[in-house]
Amino acid sequence: MTGHVHQTDVAVGHDLLDAIGGVPAASSTDVVVDAQHVDKWFGKLHVLQDVSLRVERQEVVVVLGPSGSGKTTFIRCMNHLEKIQQGRIFVNGHLIGYREVGGKLVEDKEANIARQRQEIGMVFQRFNLFPHKTALENIIEAPTQVRGVPKDEAVEMGRALLQRVGLAAKANSYPAQLSGGQQQRVAIARALAMKPALMLFDEPTSALDPEMIGEVLEVMKELAREGMTMIVVTHEMGFAREVADRIVMMDEGRVVEEGTPDVFFTSPKSERTKSFLAKIL
Amino acid sequence: MQFDPKEFLDFTFNFRGVLIAAITTTLLIAIIAQVLGVLLGLLAALAGRSRNMLIKGISGLYVWVFRGTPVLVQIVLLYYGLPALLGIDPFPQRYGDLPELIGGAFLAATLALGVNEGAYMSEIIRAGILSVDAGQAEAAKSLGMTPRMTMSRIVLPQAMRVIIPPLGNEFNNMLKTTSLASVVGVTELLLLAENRYGGTFKPFEPLLGICVYYLAMTTIWGLVQGRIEKRLGAGLNRNEADQGFWSRMLGLGRGRQGEIGGMGGAR
Repeated sequence: MTGHVHQTDVAVGHDLLDAIGGVPAASSTDVVVDAQHVDKWFGKLHVLQDVSLRVERQEVVVVLGPSGSGKTTFIRCMNHLEKIQQGRIFVNGHLIGYREVGGKLVEDKEANIARQRQEIGMVFQRFNLFPHKTALENIIEAPTQVRGVPKDEAVEMGRALLQRVGLAAKANSYPAQLSGGQQQRVAIARALAMKPALMLFDEPTSALDPEMIGEVLEVMKELAREGMTMIVVTHEMGFAREVADRIVMMDEGRVVEEGTPDVFFTSPKSERTKSFLAKIL
Repeated sequence: MQFDPKEFLDFTFNFRGVLIAAITTTLLIAIIAQVLGVLLGLLAALAGRSRNMLIKGISGLYVWVFRGTPVLVQIVLLYYGLPALLGIDPFPQRYGDLPELIGGAFLAATLALGVNEGAYMSEIIRAGILSVDAGQAEAAKSLGMTPRMTMSRIVLPQAMRVIIPPLGNEFNNMLKTTSLASVVGVTELLLLAENRYGGTFKPFEPLLGICVYYLAMTTIWGLVQGRIEKRLGAGLNRNEADQGFWSRMLGLGRGRQGEIGGMGGAR
């Protein structure tokens, strides 16, 4: 029932968030994500159907569900990598991706969307490190270019982050010279360097060799322990059980169940959750 | 066929002022037209991705017209047609104090070649942009980078790897297509040769002579291109760029496409 146990011999430093100056301060509100009745279609396919979710500061929410259930699409809407057709998503109190004009949603200007994304870190299934930049350059790119952080300051923070994800020696390596697990840890550091109030993880271990999954999960656990607000789409049941404050189960574009790991794994209410768990555990 | 080696050697290796001027003219036309082509191509490629349908339409029209009509006709139309259309001559024989080399015919031919080249470069750059994994732009955007920043710092540098080899091909082509400027009276290499055999009635000697120069220019360009490709290889698959000079010059081993993009998972 505990899922896979991943051994790791990678030394993940503590105080990950110290490297970026502590837990990033959110706005006055304690609700970091407030998604209200979100609907989305891909053509005729209704991929998100009236999905709502509230995530409080320092909460770790794991989104589970079969492939095609809309979970990845849902978190991609939270930083407007996907458009939505109905509903609203607020992150830190800001309506994401749209402006309300006379009760209607109009897509916001690119510059405004870019500003909103600065507070939302995202880690991708396929890492998406910039292959023409070294690990350190990957990390300092956005802080220097977007936030205008002086380069030496950014480099210092970048090195601190690399050290804390156990990759101090790889600062000058290019992504192609790193293993998948190492690339994903750099990707996490890169997202953290923008001091986001929220971290989105889109199946961060799905593209990894089994023996590298542990080192990435270790970094994510450490982040969770230190109080980062996280939404994690994953198939790692062990991680969900151990780290999640709350589990959201999605199927066919809907949230079918929501609860604490204990309740979710031991006494799920919906039939869909029961059959899903029966297949994967 | 009579071949006069003395005439060949005299035309080719006797560096008269006219020969130097013709080589300079050829190189100037090629370089300016190519730079113009790259700039217009970049503009057209970016415009083609615009959300604004008008901008997108203009880009499409430009590429459609200039790729779809002969560049020789474009040169002639520009040089003779534009003055007729405007009622004034934008292509006089000389522009004030500018060197004689850079006259109206030179300008018209260079402009036409550049604008024509832009249409081709637009497609090459578009393909380069498309070759970059969509995850790269998503990652950049997710970090708060604006579309412009994403394009200039993340997508285009990676697209360059795909753009440079065909760009090299284009410039190689351009070095030779400059010969079309002869039709409007620009004394580049071909017109120089024609002028020569107009008097001697020995066409093959100067024609072969200018081939020596075309070959020399394209060979040197091949070397330069190799250097550029190598420098762009940082962090990416190096095998392709590391190919020797000769295999590249002779067009060997070009079939393979090096790995571009974000995965590169294995050590």
